[in-house]
Amino acid sequence: MVTNITNLSRSGLYDWMLQRLTAIILGAYSVFLLGYLVANPDLQFTQWAELFDQTWVKIFSLLTLISILAHAWVGMWTITTDYLNDRTFGSKSVLVRFPVQVVCFIALFSYVVWGVQILWGL
Amino acid sequence: MKVSVYRYNPETDKKPYMQDFDIEIPEGKDLMVLDVLNLIKEQDSTLVYRRSCREGVCGSDGLSIGGTNGLACVTPLSEAAKGNKLVVRPLPGLPVIRDLVVDMSLFYKQYEKIKPYLINETPAPAIERLQTPEDREKLDGLYECILCACCSTACPSFWWNPDKFVGPSGLLQAYRFLADSRDTATEERLADLDDPFSVFRCRGIMNCVNVCPKGLNPTRAIGHIRQMLFKSAT
Repeated sequence: MVTNITNLSRSGLYDWMLQRLTAIILGAYSVFLLGYLVANPDLQFTQWAELFDQTWVKIFSLLTLISILAHAWVGMWTITTDYLNDRTFGSKSVLVRFPVQVVCFIALFSYVVWGVQILWGL
Repeated sequence: MKVSVYRYNPETDKKPYMQDFDIEIPEGKDLMVLDVLNLIKEQDSTLVYRRSCREGVCGSDGLSIGGTNGLACVTPLSEAAKGNKLVVRPLPGLPVIRDLVVDMSLFYKQYEKIKPYLINETPAPAIERLQTPEDREKLDGLYECILCACCSTACPSFWWNPDKFVGPSGLLQAYRFLADSRDTATEERLADLDDPFSVFRCRGIMNCVNVCPKGLNPTRAIGHIRQMLFKSAT
């Protein structure tokens, strides 16, 4: 078995399943938001704020944010290990790959924190 | 006909180059690409390529022909030549030893990794381990692989990670043993494949299916492996 420490779960199967599950959540949320915008062409701020005041919308939004974190992490980890490996940068490729992975993680984690701030009006 | 061939001799050439040959093709005959290489060899005996059975069984002459991987011995010139020109290169993604000959070590290493032999710890019966015709049928479309490496060297995931991703050829063989009713090491085999690289680097682009000279479908076999992993883990 090929070992690694920076991917999400250490199991290819788990990463694969999680990426597909989160894709469904992201797809459903996109349809929900787009559908809401299309169904309410004269949307005002108060109505928009009322929508996001409901607990289920908060849960759905937070679930989507966490899904972005997991989905994009698996994806970006795959991209970095495909293209930023020894074949591109030689034996010291980890010096390029690891910082890029850290930047990706910080960005994705920031989205979640930022999203929580917006959702709960903190 | 103009034939452009990839040439590289590490002892004399600084870098690889394409050499053009003018070859007289006999009228009224559709030669195979291997026949054309043999005609070139008569002109220039320094050209090096692998070939053996010349009928698509041994898997020695896998080459990139007109940009598509295939066996030179079973690819007709009429299919391979574009605008009366034929371009022949070595299989992509593997180190070139000389001219059209590539170093297949990584390819064989991946094949070795999947333990391409029956594992059965139960006592051997007096004559042989029997299989029902239905169980035997499950191996059709799997056992025919001739290890020519056309599929794995057409796979970008194998180009990027040939040391970690088993590749379509190895995975087709992995499933051949997972699907065999006489093999008892299913759990161990699955455990060896459950990392983020060995199987899951397959993105399902099906280049392997497109180029397989035996008409096999590694992508489907990989899908079966995923299903087996999923079933055994949930």
